[in-house]
Amino acid sequence: MSNAVNYGEISKNGLWNNNPALVQLLGLCPLLAVTGSVANALGLGLATLLVLLGSNIAVSLIRKAVSDAVRLPAFVMIIATFTTCTELLMRAFTFELYQILGIFIPLIVTNCSILGRADAFASKNPVLPSAWDGLMMGLGFGLVLLAVGAIREILGAGTLFADMHLLFGEAARGWTIHLFGDYSGFLIAVLPPGAFLATGFLIALKNIADAQIKKREEARREKPLKGSKRVRTTGAIS
Amino acid sequence: MPLLRITSPHTHSPGNTGDVMQQVMLATIPGLIALSYFFGPGSLMNVVMASFTAVACEAAVMKLRRRPVMFYINDYSAVVTGVLLGLSLPPYCPWWIVAVSTGFAIVVAKHLYGGMGFNPFNPAMVGYVVVLISFPVEMTQWAAPRTALPDGQSLLGPLSALQQIWLDTGIDGHTAATPLDVFKQNDSQLVQHLYATEPVFAAGRWAGAGWEWVNLGFLIGGAYLLYRRIFTWHAPVAMLVALTLMATIFYDGGSSTSGGSPLLHLLSGGTMLGAFFIITDPVTSATSNRGKLIFGASIGVLIYIIRSWGNYPDAVAFAVLLMNFAAPFIDYYTVPRTYGHDKPRRATDNRP
Repeated sequence: MSNAVNYGEISKNGLWNNNPALVQLLGLCPLLAVTGSVANALGLGLATLLVLLGSNIAVSLIRKAVSDAVRLPAFVMIIATFTTCTELLMRAFTFELYQILGIFIPLIVTNCSILGRADAFASKNPVLPSAWDGLMMGLGFGLVLLAVGAIREILGAGTLFADMHLLFGEAARGWTIHLFGDYSGFLIAVLPPGAFLATGFLIALKNIADAQIKKREEARREKPLKGSKRVRTTGAIS
Repeated sequence: MPLLRITSPHTHSPGNTGDVMQQVMLATIPGLIALSYFFGPGSLMNVVMASFTAVACEAAVMKLRRRPVMFYINDYSAVVTGVLLGLSLPPYCPWWIVAVSTGFAIVVAKHLYGGMGFNPFNPAMVGYVVVLISFPVEMTQWAAPRTALPDGQSLLGPLSALQQIWLDTGIDGHTAATPLDVFKQNDSQLVQHLYATEPVFAAGRWAGAGWEWVNLGFLIGGAYLLYRRIFTWHAPVAMLVALTLMATIFYDGGSSTSGGSPLLHLLSGGTMLGAFFIITDPVTSATSNRGKLIFGASIGVLIYIIRSWGNYPDAVAFAVLLMNFAAPFIDYYTVPRTYGHDKPRRATDNRP
């Protein structure tokens, strides 16, 4: 493996090309279950980010000490440790949000994207790139959570940033934005089908954007001049 | 040399989708007349609005998918979806309910799954259920029938109906509980008592004023479609027989826990509309005749179960959607025997 670590590439993978929620379709259970509002989505996104960052660093540190045969149980133990830490932190500082998110905080242990990153990246790379990868993957996942939460909150309740005081204290109580004057609420957006629909439309949007980017890149690529001869290359290309 | 076009001598049904869909639209007329007579012009307005919305959505999606727009508009399938939705939505419901349900039916339930012939769920029922669970307040108000209006009131005229639909002026007193609502909400009273005191039953004959005639209207339309061989008898008959059987088994002569007589279940709510216009959809139902029998009968049983022990007063849409899920499964186990073979073979059977 080459020594130069491409941090830009890692960020791009985590946020877009290999986004855990939109491309790998991992961690769909929390994505679909708790994104009823921006506050809930942000809470779970931050918790997942914290666990992902911690577990990636720890797994990277012990990667040479753990044999291949027992690596998965070891990774799960590490992830469970960080999940418990996060759970205790949330119970201490954001108790109400902890109660709303309920079982989905402990369930971060089973989030496939975390174990996936531990096995696919952190167990093969040094600490710093692993930490960066965990951060970017967590951000990518969290941003999708936020987007789905925002869509569902706007359509379902006609508000944005409601109940943010659960996360940021009393000062955030006034952040709620009422988008429509008299809105009775489109209930299906808050119900589980709304999560599936919103996620589906987001994936479709990403695919459209990717197709556009590809088309533009192909158009930008220089076309060979007419009549120009190809350069023949032989031997190894370094 | 141009070849002669020879069709099979046994083919009776019309040739293309457009003709079939036109027949279906024609067959809704008796039911629509009954609806308009008893509940005023609301249903007709729903049908018109929903049809136009459906065609507009269909055209927009076809444009987006870069398909020939007129070719798909001309098969009338979008209009039929709109007409069926308009008939199921409550009269005088606000315009945005019609728009949301029709848009959802065409764009999400039909075209996101691949369009005409590929949708696993009945688009009209998906649209109906989406608004039913999203806007329960608006969707559970049905106009009071002409013969059971309170003293001194009359049906909404076209002008006040338009006001109600577009401006949501909220004219009080023109809504009433439907017969199935009455049964759902009064489970401590004897059936006989309900029939004597509730205006919607006191003014009716068997299953609530207006409703029995609306259902008879759809029955006539369905009989016409059967006569024209638009669909086979299997699914509707199986559904109606299963519903009757369930209602007979659980009818105990009218105690407070009774689910209502078989006649009430046959002639109330969306029974006949569902039996002849919804579950006969060739795309979303089972394929073989045996499959259609199972499909229809399961819907009949589910309708009774949800009506009697579920949360919603009527259940046709939920029952149809649940069985739409099961249609491929039913098809898998009801492959007909091919001529020349002893046993039916499944598509996955690899033996020679």
